[in-house]
Amino acid sequence: MEEISNLFQGFATVLQPFNIMVMIVGIVLGVIIGVLPGLGGANGVAILLPLTFSMSPTSAIIMLSCIYWGALFGGAITSILFNIPGEPWSVATTFDGHPMAQQGKAGEALTAAFTSSFVGALFAVIMITLVAPLVAAFALRFGPAEKFGVYFLAFCSFVGMSKEPPFKTVAAMMIGFALAAVGLDQMTGQLRLTFGFTPLLTGFDFLIAVIGLFGIGEILLTMEEGLQFKGRSAVINPTVVFQTWKELPRYWVTSLRSCVIGCWMGVTPAGATPASFMSYGIAKRMSKRGNNFGNGEIEGVIAPETAAHAAGTSALLPMLALGVPGSPTAAVLLGGLLIWGLQPGPTLFIDNKDFVWGLIASMYLGNIVGLLIVLTCVPIFAAILRIPFSIIAPIILVYCAIGAYSVHNSNFDVVMMMVFGVLGYFLKKCNYPLAPLVLAIVLGDRAEESFRQSLLASQGSLSIFWSNWLVGTIMALGLIALFWSAIQTTWTRLRAMVTA
Amino acid sequence: MTRPIHTLSFGAAFALGTALALTSAVPTQAAWEPTRPVEFIIPAGPGGGADIMARTIQGIVTKHNLMKQPMVVINKAGGAGGEGFLDIKASAGNPHKIIITLSNLFTTPLATGIPFNWKDLTPVAMLALDEFCLWVHAETPYKSAKEYIDAAKKANGTFKMAGTGSKQEDQIITEAIQKITGAKFIYIPERGGGAVAVQLVGKHVDSTVNNPNEAISQWKGGTLRPLCVFDSKQMPYKEVIAEGKSWGDIPTCKSQGLDIEYLMLRGIFMTPGATKDQVDYYIGVFKKVRETEEWKKLMADGAFNQTFMTGADYTKWVATEEKRHEELMRAAGFLAKQ
Amino acid sequence: MTGQSNGASGAGPSHRSVEIGVALLTLVFSLIVIGGSLQVGIDWAFDGPRAGFFPFYLGLLILMSSLVNLFQIIMDGKTQRLFAEWGQLGQVLRVVVPSTVYVVLVPYIGIYAASILLIAVFMKWLGRYGWTLVLAVSIGTIVITFIVFEKWFLVPLPKGPIEELLGL
Repeated sequence: MEEISNLFQGFATVLQPFNIMVMIVGIVLGVIIGVLPGLGGANGVAILLPLTFSMSPTSAIIMLSCIYWGALFGGAITSILFNIPGEPWSVATTFDGHPMAQQGKAGEALTAAFTSSFVGALFAVIMITLVAPLVAAFALRFGPAEKFGVYFLAFCSFVGMSKEPPFKTVAAMMIGFALAAVGLDQMTGQLRLTFGFTPLLTGFDFLIAVIGLFGIGEILLTMEEGLQFKGRSAVINPTVVFQTWKELPRYWVTSLRSCVIGCWMGVTPAGATPASFMSYGIAKRMSKRGNNFGNGEIEGVIAPETAAHAAGTSALLPMLALGVPGSPTAAVLLGGLLIWGLQPGPTLFIDNKDFVWGLIASMYLGNIVGLLIVLTCVPIFAAILRIPFSIIAPIILVYCAIGAYSVHNSNFDVVMMMVFGVLGYFLKKCNYPLAPLVLAIVLGDRAEESFRQSLLASQGSLSIFWSNWLVGTIMALGLIALFWSAIQTTWTRLRAMVTA
Repeated sequence: MTRPIHTLSFGAAFALGTALALTSAVPTQAAWEPTRPVEFIIPAGPGGGADIMARTIQGIVTKHNLMKQPMVVINKAGGAGGEGFLDIKASAGNPHKIIITLSNLFTTPLATGIPFNWKDLTPVAMLALDEFCLWVHAETPYKSAKEYIDAAKKANGTFKMAGTGSKQEDQIITEAIQKITGAKFIYIPERGGGAVAVQLVGKHVDSTVNNPNEAISQWKGGTLRPLCVFDSKQMPYKEVIAEGKSWGDIPTCKSQGLDIEYLMLRGIFMTPGATKDQVDYYIGVFKKVRETEEWKKLMADGAFNQTFMTGADYTKWVATEEKRHEELMRAAGFLAKQ
Repeated sequence: MTGQSNGASGAGPSHRSVEIGVALLTLVFSLIVIGGSLQVGIDWAFDGPRAGFFPFYLGLLILMSSLVNLFQIIMDGKTQRLFAEWGQLGQVLRVVVPSTVYVVLVPYIGIYAASILLIAVFMKWLGRYGWTLVLAVSIGTIVITFIVFEKWFLVPLPKGPIEELLGL
């Protein structure tokens, strides 16, 4: 009960007029950051951090967390409209979000995405409010082996079922892993696969691959098919938000499942990206319309968006409670806390109660304000698709280039983006699945790292992955997910045999 | 068809450009000052010690208006910071770029063989030195470094030490401990100091050599305990942190029979070929930064060693330190194969 | 809008030849990965697997699946499906060529000038818009971009001689 009264005090702090203004400014800035590739959430927060030093810590953290919300909302916009995910966790949103936009249902897709983000984040905030200390203790149980288990589970639940030829899937995924391995090997501090070529030192960033494979590749496919987005004739409908809302409650099971997946993945330091892929993969398997995923199913937008944002939000919890950032943005916020003289960690909840509860209250309100702002803009965003292709395409190209450049401030990356673009066109036309490739680039080095850390700790014995109930359960779930379709067919056959 | 019109519009742009350049370049020949935003490169990821320090400096500069042009902080962490160093090296003659360094100034080129050496850069100033402590979990019985090392020896090479990165400062210290005491550790590299501390809190490893500010919160929270500090003398900070102890109460490792001294550089360098005026300008800025309350607080919170050096002293210190790293890393077998 | 006919319909590279090309590409890639891994060591050192251990097996897996893919395509000689018609590929090239030129130009003339050129070329060549609109959109977009990135968010983007002259 003490939590609740603290929370209301927090609300009182946040509801001061100045703080509300700060909140709105933060959300709008955040949406801009999320929409423009090259200004990621972490980037945006980092750049704006110094601006907030003249404010009180509470106002400042409200502004920064609202920028964070705004960026989360904004990331979905480019994914759905142009097939360009600005952030790793928006990749899974493109799978069904972009086909929806192509069918003229951009408004529905955006509404579903924003609403799901809201639901996911809200769920996570409620969890933070109620069970923060408990969850923080749970996060501590994650050593290298458990982390690897989580990555393994994310891969298995996403990859197990693919319509493409299996050897093409293997090739695509392994190429992704190989690209992720380029650069410095974190475990031995050695350079590998760089062949003495210095621009390769930093490896292949996921963003460059994704901008190329998805964004540029999409433009090339559009050109081949004859110069226009299919959804161009879409009627701009101001009531689209309410119409979509009527449909959404039907998918409450998917939402709830995605919330749980998201929170779990956010607290275990795996983060939002595996959460979104895993949630998409599981939704595809569980849904009655699973076969139609990838062709513009609204459920395929709800699942990854809910999970990503539940994860992104709950990732702030380890930061506050343990001082370990669960995401790059959280890392920058952490730096901010230190500058304001607040020491994150177990003592923050005791020493700086006002601040912590002010932050949590601002999460509730910031989320609501953010949702209202982006929802009112849905028709405007959807209208962007009405701009003729020969105007919007070069502008997209320019922003892709800016995005690719600003990852490492490197011209080489811009060239690589173009290479990935052409490659994406050919791979897609030849039925190589791009999603496993991207997932492997995003998680590959992390997964390898935790695998090798585990082996170091166990001195080479693989038994460490079954050494306690936690890691054992996660690995078992992963294996079940991987062989799910096989298990299912065996089961139905067995049943048929029994009844026969 | 399109060409003439393009050249025309660019011709106009050129004309406009020269006009603007003429009016805006009002010469103030007194001393050098930046004429465009200064890029402040961090050869490490967001959230680490160097990142926090650089962002604090940026905040101080902005808040107190210490520079007329904005300061832009950019993380270039790729290749254990090699990305940032190579960028500075490639920007010779651009006075609007500075870099904050940590030990990877030496360790990264030595371990990876990338074509870079600190002599490629122009030294500006040493801002501070970061201390290292030996940490164990508070629930373990070890009250002194000696007790811990004895236990590690008995455990016969099964004790685990977590640290930041591979073949970098944390692993160099671990190697030195092994060499001096004969105890063996399994070294597990993590991505950042925060993650290292949490692995220790979660009892996935037995000890760490975290910087003070990476583990202060866990010490306050009663989950970690510092055993000794790798410096020649005890730290000067007397404010009580936890268990009635201050940073100043932590004994030196030397007094515990671990004769190891290791401090990490937090210093500033500029692009190659910078003039004395330019270096002096930045020294002036950092001197002002050091006088602010915010900086003093950062120093006290992180229990930094506040040595400040410029000019020949600084260059000499860096040269000695490079030689020391090379020796340490050769002994450990960490040098890149040629 | 294209003003061009889609070429002689029905003619174009066969799907099969492109598939073979892609499979060969992945094959070459796998060899590069394997070579790079061998350089850094693929065995198990005293402190765990060496840097090349994982990439080496990844390389082998890519090599294996490339060979299987190649084999399947060559065996499956029946399909006479086209990859795309020449006219369609021409359309694709109309994006690829200007974009490639753009990407190559960026380091020399800066991203802003190159972007103005790219947008203008696209709108003029593919869209056949009038010069007023072309210049308004291309220069307008870039000016907004400049203000947002360089002035608001302080993200430095590559600049060339023109920005140097303008003192930006």
